Amino acid sequence: MERPTSRRDFLKTAGGVAAGLGLGSVIAVAPARATPAEMQEAIRKVVGSARVTPGRVKLDLPPLIENGNAVPLTVTVESPMTEAQHVRAVHVFTEKNPQPNVVSFHLGPRAGRARVATRMRLADSQNVTAICELSDGSFWSDSAGIVVTLAACLEDGI
Amino acid sequence: MRFVGAVAALAIAASAVAGEIPRADRRSGYEFMSRETRAMQDDDTANPGMLWVLEGGTLWEKKTGAAGRACADCHGDPRASMKGVAARYPAFDAAIGRPISLEQRINRCRIDRQQASALAYESRELLALTAFVARQSRGLPIDVTIDARTHPFLDAGRATFHRRQGQLNLACAQCHDDNWGRQLAGNVIPQAHPTGYPLYRLEWQSLGSLQRRLRNCLVGIRAEPYDYGANELVDLELYLLWRARGMTMDAPAVRP
Amino acid sequence: MASALINVPARAKRGEVIEIKTLISHVMETGFRRTQLGAVIPRDIIRRFVCTYNGTEVFRAELHPAIAANPFIVFSTVAVESGTLVFSWTGDHGFSATETAAISVD
Repeated sequence: MERPTSRRDFLKTAGGVAAGLGLGSVIAVAPARATPAEMQEAIRKVVGSARVTPGRVKLDLPPLIENGNAVPLTVTVESPMTEAQHVRAVHVFTEKNPQPNVVSFHLGPRAGRARVATRMRLADSQNVTAICELSDGSFWSDSAGIVVTLAACLEDGI
Repeated sequence: MRFVGAVAALAIAASAVAGEIPRADRRSGYEFMSRETRAMQDDDTANPGMLWVLEGGTLWEKKTGAAGRACADCHGDPRASMKGVAARYPAFDAAIGRPISLEQRINRCRIDRQQASALAYESRELLALTAFVARQSRGLPIDVTIDARTHPFLDAGRATFHRRQGQLNLACAQCHDDNWGRQLAGNVIPQAHPTGYPLYRLEWQSLGSLQRRLRNCLVGIRAEPYDYGANELVDLELYLLWRARGMTMDAPAVRP
Repeated sequence: MASALINVPARAKRGEVIEIKTLISHVMETGFRRTQLGAVIPRDIIRRFVCTYNGTEVFRAELHPAIAANPFIVFSTVAVESGTLVFSWTGDHGFSATETAAISVD
């Protein structure tokens, strides 16, 4: 898996900040973070030079989740799912996870309905973007913001 | 649940004074969760805890130990033989003269009847078997037995629940009896009724036992956590289950 | 533990769109977590999920570390004929798991 050098710089700076906070004998390394720019780059890789228009696809995400380890999401596209008119693929991206890609679903007329669901991890409160590719080659997007809270009593000492 | 003697009556009176949540106000942690997390628990085809129940079902049939016996060989159909079992644990074990947890009971069977070695606490197999047995009590009310034999251990568990511990100098009761329903660090404080153990905790990304959760709590208040299987933890389990008496079991639950 | 839970209706009408739910046990270690001493815990994820219907691929998913542990995937397919649905998961360190489900289509 390729990691752009910019992320390494991210970690160095973040690590320095963490050490500065005096976190004692435990080596605290701040988690890796992608940027909205990296998310755009990941989207570019999938979409190529095509335009992405907001609409057609709907991303369902809870507005608030108690734990970022298992966030349910559903993506739906209104489509007849015929040979002539169907959804080819659905891609999901995040802007603040260590890595922007989440999942790519490949559908087709055999799907019958363009509706997929899964559970994802979210490192922090952020925006999630879903992009669908239609059989006519067009790309459509939807975004949703979500707040991720954290439990008070965690297992680790930190 | 049978109460014997004046000591028991005194204990009941004491607990009523100590701020125990009245029966009518008792709510499962399920009710404090978001709609989405509840949906994860409600659907057996989406509940990750069911993966352990599935594995437990396989282990139930597997011959093991020097005796070459499977759980099924003695206990037959688990839906009948194990129904209500988890709802009664921790239960008194005459052999060692104190209550034992369901995990300890499973290990006792392994050692005594299957001539197999005990499974490590929080091991995949022990969690699977415990989840499988607990699943057979789903929908039944919690019904631990408190009598002359178990009362001293209930008292010890209650004392632990009310004792201030750790660097934060907090007692379980302060959050879970006095401040349930309020927010702590972004999440709602539940009443701490262990109706759904072993459960899939999103934080763990795995199924885990009640003792794992209790140790998490102790670490949370910066106290030295008791070892798995320690008498203090089993006594506390007994108290918590008694405190939740009558509530419906819903293992394997999902919690944040 | 590679146990999996598949939820597929056993029967369906020809042309009916059926919903399939899959849940497989897998740690989905991201490769971004560290031990208390700072060592990186290596990545170990399921990367691909494929569903075939009497041999024809009807659904495919590429998973990244952001998919939650014990991956849960819900999708649909048209009940075209009776037969077998085969679900396969592949991932890091040679991980491979397969489950099948029979479907009867009227």
